[in-house]
This record gives sequence, C-alpha cells and structure tokens, in this order.
Amino acid sequence: MIPELGHFALILTLCLALVLSIFPMIGSLNNTPAWVSLARPAAWGQFVFVAIAFACLLSSFLNDDFSVLYVAQHGNTQLPTIYKVSAVWGAHEGSLLLWALILSGWTLAVAIFSRDLPEEVVARVLSVMGIVSIGFLSFLIFTSNPFERTFPVPLEGGDLNPLLQDLGLAIHPPMLYMGYVGLSVAFSFAIAALVGGKLDAAWARWSRPWTLVAWVFLTIGITLGSWWAYYELGWGGWWFWDPVENASFMPWLAGTALIHSLAVAEKRGAFKRWTVLLALLAFSLSLLGTFLVRSGVLTSVHSFASDPERGLFILIFLCVVIGGSLALYAWRAPDVTSGGRFDLLSRETLLLGNNLLLVVITAFILLGTLAPLVYDALGWGKISVGFPWFNAMFVSFTPFLVVLMGIGPLTRWKHHDAGDLARQLRIAFLVSIAGGLIAASPLFHQASIGAGLAVMLSLWVVTTLLASIRLRLKHRDGLAAMGRDFLSRGGRSYYGMVVAHLGIAVFIIGVTFVSLFEVEEDIRMSPGQTAELGGYTFRFEGVQPHQGANYRADRGTIRVTKDGEEVTLLHPEKRTYLVQTKPMTEAGIDGRLMRDIYVSLGESLGRGDWSLRLYYKPFVRWIWLGGILIAVGGLLAASDRRYRIKVRRTVVDTAKSIRSKPLAAESRS
Amino acid sequence: MKNFLLVFFVLVGLGAVPSHAGVTLEAFTFETPDEEERFKHLIEELRCLVCQNQSLIDSDAELAHDLRAEVYTMMQTGRPDDEIIQFLVARYGDFVLYNPPIKPSTYLLWFGPFVLLFIAALLLLRAVLRQKKTTAPQISTEERKRLDQMLGSNPAEGNEK
Amino acid sequence: MSRHLRYLVPLAIFAVLAAFLYRGLSLDPKLVPSPLIDKPVPSFSLPTLKDPEAMISDTTLKGKVWMMNIWATWCSACRAEHEVLLHLARTGKISIYGLNYKDKRPAAIRWLQQLGDPYVANAFDEQGRVGIDWGVYGAPETFIVDKQGIIRYKHIGPLSIDIVNNEILPLILELESAAG
Repeated sequence: MIPELGHFALILTLCLALVLSIFPMIGSLNNTPAWVSLARPAAWGQFVFVAIAFACLLSSFLNDDFSVLYVAQHGNTQLPTIYKVSAVWGAHEGSLLLWALILSGWTLAVAIFSRDLPEEVVARVLSVMGIVSIGFLSFLIFTSNPFERTFPVPLEGGDLNPLLQDLGLAIHPPMLYMGYVGLSVAFSFAIAALVGGKLDAAWARWSRPWTLVAWVFLTIGITLGSWWAYYELGWGGWWFWDPVENASFMPWLAGTALIHSLAVAEKRGAFKRWTVLLALLAFSLSLLGTFLVRSGVLTSVHSFASDPERGLFILIFLCVVIGGSLALYAWRAPDVTSGGRFDLLSRETLLLGNNLLLVVITAFILLGTLAPLVYDALGWGKISVGFPWFNAMFVSFTPFLVVLMGIGPLTRWKHHDAGDLARQLRIAFLVSIAGGLIAASPLFHQASIGAGLAVMLSLWVVTTLLASIRLRLKHRDGLAAMGRDFLSRGGRSYYGMVVAHLGIAVFIIGVTFVSLFEVEEDIRMSPGQTAELGGYTFRFEGVQPHQGANYRADRGTIRVTKDGEEVTLLHPEKRTYLVQTKPMTEAGIDGRLMRDIYVSLGESLGRGDWSLRLYYKPFVRWIWLGGILIAVGGLLAASDRRYRIKVRRTVVDTAKSIRSKPLAAESRS
Repeated sequence: MKNFLLVFFVLVGLGAVPSHAGVTLEAFTFETPDEEERFKHLIEELRCLVCQNQSLIDSDAELAHDLRAEVYTMMQTGRPDDEIIQFLVARYGDFVLYNPPIKPSTYLLWFGPFVLLFIAALLLLRAVLRQKKTTAPQISTEERKRLDQMLGSNPAEGNEK
Repeated sequence: MSRHLRYLVPLAIFAVLAAFLYRGLSLDPKLVPSPLIDKPVPSFSLPTLKDPEAMISDTTLKGKVWMMNIWATWCSACRAEHEVLLHLARTGKISIYGLNYKDKRPAAIRWLQQLGDPYVANAFDEQGRVGIDWGVYGAPETFIVDKQGIIRYKHIGPLSIDIVNNEILPLILELESAAG
C-alpha cells in the first residue's frame, strides 16, 4: 500500500510541477496576477508531495519491504538502520528521487525567502525550477520508478553495496545534490532575467547568496567524496580524475567562476552577459554530469547505471533545458547593455582573467573526459585518457590562477596604477620567491622543484592576503579594528574571501607535499616481525577473525612506535560482507594534522604471514582541511549582512516596470 | 619563455603523480629498489582492459594479475621497457597505454588545452581593450592619494570584495 | 562576426556536444578493437583439453579457414552463446577450435559432455599465457582465421544467430573461395 501511495504522490508532484512551470511564467508575461500568484502555493505543494513519496520509499526500506524491487535489490534485514536510510539514495532510482526532493526543497526555499523580489521575477524563477523538476519527475515515473513491485517477493534483499555502507559516503550524495540543484537557482534567476529583459546589479545581488550556498555544498560534497575514497578504498588515493568525479568538479569550477563574476556584475554592472552565460553553464554542467554517470556513455569505476535507453531520455531533457536556455541567451543577450568601463589593469580584468582560466580548465576537463567517446565516434580509434594527462594539464594551469588570486584583491576597480601595484606586491613577491627557493633546496627535506613551487605559490597567497588586509584596515590597527571590520557591511564577504583563498593555499601544500614526499612499502610480514618506514617502526602482531554486524573480517593488529614510544595501534581489516561477498579492505589509519600513517592488509600468505602495505603520508589532511576552509569561507561570505538589507527602492522601481515593455528599460549609451 | 614554462609545468605535473596502488605487489621480488621503481612505473602506464579506468597498478582484475606477471617476467628476462610496452600494444592496441601517446591524432588532446588558453586570452584582451574610452575624468596618482586620505577610516573603494 | 551571431556560439558548441553524446549512446566504451586483424595467428603449442598428452598448435591448422573461440566454464556469456556455436558446428561450414581459457580441466570436460561439443579440438590454456598473445581480455571472444593463417575477424562477447548469419557465414564464404 505504501509504495503505491508513494507512486501516487510522485504523480501528483509531477502535476504540480506542471502547474508551477506553465501558469506563473505565462502569467508574468501576460500580466495575469492570478496566475502569477499560483507560483508559491505550487512550490509548496510540489515539496509536500515529493516529501511524501520519499518518506514512503524510506519506510519501505526501514520495514524491509522486499516486495518493492528497489528495496529487494539494495536492502537487507541485517543492514544497520542508518544504512537502510542511506540505501534509499544508494542506487539509480532512489538517488533520482533524492534529486527531485532536494530540487523541490530549493524551489520552496526560493519561494519563501523571496519576499523582497518583485512577484513577476519570483514567478519566472520558480517556473524555470518547475521545468527542471518536470524533467526529473518524468524521468522517475516513466523510466526509473523506485516503487516498482516485484513478484515473487524475495525473502532477503540484495544488500547495499558494502562500499556504500559508510557514514561519509551516506552524506556525500546529499551534499553534492544540494550543490548541483542549488546551481539551478542561479540558472533560473538568469533565465528569468533574460525573459524579463532586465539584467542589472539587483539581479546579481539576488543571485549571489544562493549561488554561494550551492557552491559551498558542492565544495563539501567533493571534499567528502575525496576523503571517503582515501580512507575507504584502502590504498590511499584521494582523486582519480574518474568521469564521475570530473562530473562533480566541472560544475564546481564553473560555480567558482560564477561567484567571482557575480561580484563584478553586482558592484560594477560589468560582465552581465558573461555572468548570465556562466550561470547557465554551471547548471548545465550539473545536468551533463547526471547524464554522463547514468547513460553508459563512459566507463567509470562508479557510474550509477549504464542504460542507453535512460540515457536517451536524459539527453533529450538536456537538449530542451540547455539548448533552450542557450537559445534564449542568443536571442536576448545582445540587448543587454554593457556596464561600467574598466582599464587593462584593474580588478575587473583580473577577475575576468580568473574566469577565463577557470573556464578553460573546465573545458579541458570536459575534453579529457569525453575524448574517448569523441575519438571513438569519429572513428579515430580507441584512446584512453587517465590520471597522468589530467594531472599534467591541471598542474600546468593552476599556478597562473593562483598568481591572479594573489593580485586580484589588491587591485582597484576600474583602474590601478601599475607602479603602485608593483610596489604593493614587492614584499609578497620577494618572500614567496625566497620561500620557494628554500623549499626547493636540500635544506628543506629533499631537493624538489615541486615543493619549491608549491611553497612559493602558497606563500604568495598568504602574503598577498596579509597585504590586502593591511591595506583594508589602514589607519586602524589591532584586532579590535579587525573585529569591527568583520561585522561591518561587506566585512564577512571580505573575510570569507580571505578564508577561502587561504584554503586554496593549504590545499596546494597538502597535495604537493603528499605527492612528492609520501613513502610506501609493500611487504610480507610474519607475526612479530617489524618494518621501518618514515621514521616509524611497524610491528605486525598477527591477524584475528572478527565478526561485525553484517560482515566477517580478518582483523590485523599493527603496533606503531617511534623511538621506542608507542604511537598507535592500527587495525586494518579485510571484510567479507555476508550478502555481496566481494572482499573489502578497511585501512588502519592514524591521522594527525601533519601526517597520516596508513596500513592496509593484502593477502594471507599462509602460516600467519600476510602481505601488507605501509604508508607514511605527510600533510595529506591539508587537502581536506583546504576544502573545509574553502567551504567555511563561502559560508562566511554568504552570511554577509548586506544581503539581508531590505532594498525597498528596487521593489518600487521594478514594480513600475511591470507595466512597461521589458526591452525598453535601458537605452544604449 | 612561455614555452619553457609550459613544458616545465607539464613535467612537474607528470612528476607529481601520487603513487596510488590498489593491490599489494608482494608476489614480486626485486633485486634493487630501482628495479621495483621501474616495474611500478611500467604498470602505472598500462591500462587494465577489464576495469578500463584503472591502470595495472590499481586493478584487482584477473587479467591485471596476469599482465603484471607478464611484465615482471619480461623484466626478469632482461627486456627493455619499450619492448615490454610494444609487446602489449601489439596484442591490445594503443588502448592499453594509460596515457594517450603523442601522435598526430592525439595532438588535439595534448595541445588543445593550451590552444584554448591562448585563444581565450586573446579574446579577453580584445574585449578589454575594445571598450569605449571612459568619459569620466582620470585623476592623477597624487589626487588619488589625497582622495584616499580624505576618505580616511572607511574601507577604500579598491578593497571592497 | 556580426554582433548577434557571436551569441549563438554557446548554442552551437552545445549542439556539437549533444551530437557526440547521442552517438555515444550507441557505442560501447568497453569494446577494445583488436590490433591482430590482418596479422598472422600468434604461434602457440598447447596440450589439448581432452587428452593432456596430445598437443595442438597453430601450424597444424594452416591451410583451411577456421574459427577460434575463447571460452571458459566460469563465463556465463559463454553459456549463452553455446547454442549458437553448436548450430554453427552442425552446418559444417567451418571448423571450430576452442581455447579453454584459465579453466579447470575436469569442469571443462564435464561442461562439454553436458552441453554438447561444437569443437573439433580444444587447446587448454590454464595459465592464460596464450590468451594474452591473442589479446584476450574477457571471454567469450571469437576469431576467424583464413587459409594463410591470418586473423581476419574478431568478435568480442557472445555470438548471436544474427551475427553468425550476417557477419560470420558471409566471411567464411569469402575466405573459402580465396586461393588457399
């Protein structure tokens, strides 16, 4: 009964999404206030019903209702409750339902927190979100119904993939989806602006906090995914440039470009057309990602589904949404007026440079990800593009981005004197070069150009940030002044930037140092034997069988000491889950800020001997620390007071323009 | 200079490949650490055809086991690296190379990003320089300094985020 | 470029992308084409499946058109194509030889007893060494070799009646009529 209720609720959601898409949009164009006012209630209704559907699926899992095919495939009576919950979104159909739920959630949020916006703008934004919703709901109902029944009813479920039975991985998809879906808000605002023909600073100001929050979620999702891969997959890798990972990284890069571009559009009224295009691009990349991981077009170690039929459906959806939005852009963008002028050396140019680099990086990641497909389709043979290529390209481009990142905050809007800038950057430049040279030399640890480069770039970021803070707080010294500045209008926005940029510096150090200086050893050990690595002594104390909730494991014990003092006791495991019998490795990790000690079990070699892999990984946690800092910075920026100041004047202005023809709003100068 | 920098960065990037091996290699014993490095390097560059997006050093597939054993045996019988790679390419095609080879059909892949960057930089310069001259009067550096002083305790216009 | 035309560029780029994606839906990224086409059969010499004392090698197979089928009992797709192989063997149009790949002898013999034996003979490749020479990366795989001992065709995955009728039988005809 409950699954049928869920199914019915989904259908009702689709109906409401249809109402939401059609009436408010048309009403806003025809000036029919009754239709415009349908937007908010429809958004509420959509959310309520999809939440009901989600609750029904959740209940089916919690009650082990194996008459539901999806539950039979991924549930299990022995599954711990928390994983029964996360199993809801653990595979294709359920994860789509989560997408739909989160999309409705964001739609509702926009409906609620948009009291200051003109009704017609809200109507258009919600309508566009409704159109996206229709796509996902139709996809669910017509091709991927999570409520499909199965007969005969199996006695036990197929169990959730053991890899997914992990808290980190349980949260990772919701975070990512919050990000992907959140970018649809910026997308919808952009469409609404194009439709209405009014692209001004107000539009940028409305979009910005929404975009920032979505971007923060995406940052958290990606960081979590990387962290999870590291400790779960058992061999210490944290990023593989796998198509699914790239599918999440590309929207993030576009989102980063977007938040920087919105800053310019808001403050200077420049880059408006470009910003709109970026907003369309960011969400398009989210949708593209959805296509790539569910259509079977690319091979990936973690694609959801590989079903060309479903793939076709998504592709058509993509063409409608992306093609439609880009067509709208081609039609309306030329009539948008250009904003403030700026000189070659100005913050605008530097931000434009930032955007440019980010977009080029996004483009080549797309190129590399799709290259196998393109080459095959053109009959140029089968090639594969893997980690080494992506890494080489990414490392080639990022330094330029980091250099710009340092200069940008110090540069004035519109015009900055080159001599002035050189003087302001002098100290930062010298310190960075010096630091880089020291780090590259044997004085540091071991001679390494890579380390030198990383230190130089990170120092550059830190010193330019300090210079920027000093410039901002001039005439006012001390922590109290900084505190007041923080709380002022624009304060959190600025310090958010500082924290986020700092996160990038931390990330660079983490990645470079762990790549260059990590040490590993593959070794066969007998109980009682010791090995030396990275200054630590590892004593293998044997492997014992161990029983978990729904798995059996071989549990090893390794005692780690340094200079005779015990550092930690590690317990790497090799687990065999009761249902899906593929063995899983759980690494034993001792994590500190400056280094990780990482041990994984290999194979049993007889007579109590085991093959082990030992790792010493310096600075590896800085990778995720960097990610966290970036997310915190984004949150700080989004919480800035100025976004909450009611701007009544704008409401009155745009209310007047409801009556007038949209295109006549601004004249060319 | 730009060329040098580009090549430099590419080399740095290739050098910074983290060793991320998914399987323990204890089955293979090596005379010297250099030999072990050579082996690892070789299998990092070869693709596992069964799991496709993993190199031989990562994959747990049976074929990967076999191919690793093959590479090891060839190394022990004294074959040089390129002979080993040619052996596998002759049987499995270019696809077995994890890194696409640099040949005319893959120029797009290896040089494309830099070409893109170059074009984008040109477009940016053009867009910025083509703007109509501003009609607002320019103030001199001195006047700007006085202006900043007068504005005093407020955050300067140039430093707002 | 006219002012308005340049705004069509994003849409144009997307259209190209969509075309590739559409094409991609009908391609299989897992298929790896073989570099062995039009090259001589890799030389091998292995014990036969049924009689470990007898040997089978590429030289004994020269002078006729023949098919090499790579299979194993652990491969479920091989089970699926077995009927098709039996059918093909019954037509008498081609001699089918098997390479029993990384399998267990007793299980393989039992399999053929239970399901029928379309093979003239089977080479027993326990270690999979010969499979590597043939560029095998998954079972089943099927090759067709001409009278000169040159590999002319490879099919990855299970054979179907359609493939036999549309691709294999015409090819056999062509190769048979060529000078031997």
